[in-house]
Amino acid sequence: MSVLVVVECDGGEVKKSSLEVASYGSQVAQMLGTTATAVAVGEATEANLAKLGEQGISKVLYDAEPRLKDFVNSAYTKLIAAAVEKESSAVIVLANSNIGASVGSRLSVRLKASLATNVVELPKNDGGSFTVKRGAFSGKAFADVVLTGDRKILAVKKNSIEASHEAGKTAQVESFSAGLSDADFTDAPKQVVMQDQAGGILLPEADRVVSGGRGMKGPENWHLIEDLAKALGAATACSKPVSDVDWRPHHEHVGQTGITVSPNLYIACGISGAIQHLAGVNSSKVIVVINKDPEAPFFKAADYGIVGDVFDVLPKLTQAVKELN
Amino acid sequence: MKFLVCISNVPDTTTKIAFTPDNKEFNKAGVQFVINPWDEYALTRAIELKEAQGSGTVTVLNVGEADTEPNIRKALAIGADDAIRVNAAPKDAYFVAQQIAAVAKEGAYDVILMGKESIDYNGFQVHGMVGEMLGIPTVAPAMKLDMSGSTATLEREIEGGKEIVEVSAPFVASCQQPMCEPRIPNMRGIMTARTKPLKVVEAVGEGARTSVAEYALPPKKQGVKLIPAESAGDLIKLLRNEAKVI
Repeated sequence: MSVLVVVECDGGEVKKSSLEVASYGSQVAQMLGTTATAVAVGEATEANLAKLGEQGISKVLYDAEPRLKDFVNSAYTKLIAAAVEKESSAVIVLANSNIGASVGSRLSVRLKASLATNVVELPKNDGGSFTVKRGAFSGKAFADVVLTGDRKILAVKKNSIEASHEAGKTAQVESFSAGLSDADFTDAPKQVVMQDQAGGILLPEADRVVSGGRGMKGPENWHLIEDLAKALGAATACSKPVSDVDWRPHHEHVGQTGITVSPNLYIACGISGAIQHLAGVNSSKVIVVINKDPEAPFFKAADYGIVGDVFDVLPKLTQAVKELN
Repeated sequence: MKFLVCISNVPDTTTKIAFTPDNKEFNKAGVQFVINPWDEYALTRAIELKEAQGSGTVTVLNVGEADTEPNIRKALAIGADDAIRVNAAPKDAYFVAQQIAAVAKEGAYDVILMGKESIDYNGFQVHGMVGEMLGIPTVAPAMKLDMSGSTATLEREIEGGKEIVEVSAPFVASCQQPMCEPRIPNMRGIMTARTKPLKVVEAVGEGARTSVAEYALPPKKQGVKLIPAESAGDLIKLLRNEAKVI
């Protein structure tokens, strides 16, 4: 009856979104009067997995099979299904990431479970009905979804809940084998290509994002965005028109058909705020808009705004951040 | 090669979202529906691959009631050869996946494509469910798809990079940009679409595993606080002391 949490690791570390998922899972376990076990995927170290105790995890299952370092859909699905059986888990919690969605959707069929993705709050479990709030209509609405299956899988949206932190608590790391064979690795990637990250911050995981639009007038001006991002420890992003004309790479495009981000701080520079762009950013906690057009629709969705020329305002902001630090 | 492209019928991207008075359903009144923008990548890429191979068929599949037919016809106008509509309101991802899996099995399709997710439900679930039901690989989300014989090479987006994956047909891929430049119908396409076959079949399977109890709109923003451009630096102080985000 335990809660099983899937934690994604990379380069030995547990991803930030997975720390949130671990906290979420242990809170659900508390609610249901049980414990939370994690199963780790990707490249992890035993020391970092043991630290998941700080998020309330009591035990971590880890299969050290080297081919699990990269994402392999069939193998990950089989591994997690085996962990679910071993722990007799009724609730499985994972990140609403590309890995989480790929594995979670297959698992839901294999385990005959109800699946809710894009989950933004802890579930309610009263009167025998298990309900969870999820984002819908591209961030323009929420839906309370009832999961009717005996087993439930929840994919939790990044930055929806804060990762809890109880210093000094450790989880027991247990080696675990799902008995994977070559047949489970037929869809293994031939090659993995990582992007050059500005300042080493991944856009989907970032707490702060500085984003530029057509108002930046050309890729040669992007150092203004990058300077502010660097000072703030933020990732850089752009609007669709900017990636369409190749000023910036596609993986920086946030919006309806690009990446959806939900950072604590989103600073939009020279972006008018078309509804399709807002769909990718409107769950950000604080939105700052800098635009010379006071009628830009983005100001309606903003918390703070500066009506002014980005070429004049951005250096001032970068300077102010440097002075503050 | 037989391509099956799954499309959903969604409110236009500029729609102001509103619900019925009991907040149980999306209010369709006065709303323009379009082909889900992510699905347009799947549709266009299937047509391109069929053209490159010089043979094969592209079938579009929609799970929906009769009011989705204008957008099915639009997909035919863009270049699909025929269409199937499963005559049922899409209850949840599991329900839709069962319909797709049944059609795919019956028609022995080689490549099943769909968009990454629908812009209304944002589930990002159907691809994996269909793959699991059929026991075939899924690649999601795919940014690039090339075929050589029955082998496909795909670029799959991962957080912070991409994986190059090779799979053999049959397989499922959920598509996103920059896979291709979605096509729009031309006049000849619109004329020929009228006479292309559109088959209507009834739903199968065991129903849904989730239901929506209630929809809600996000809380209204307080309104924007404007800082004069001359004292732009004050913004940084507000972000630290008031908003507490830096």
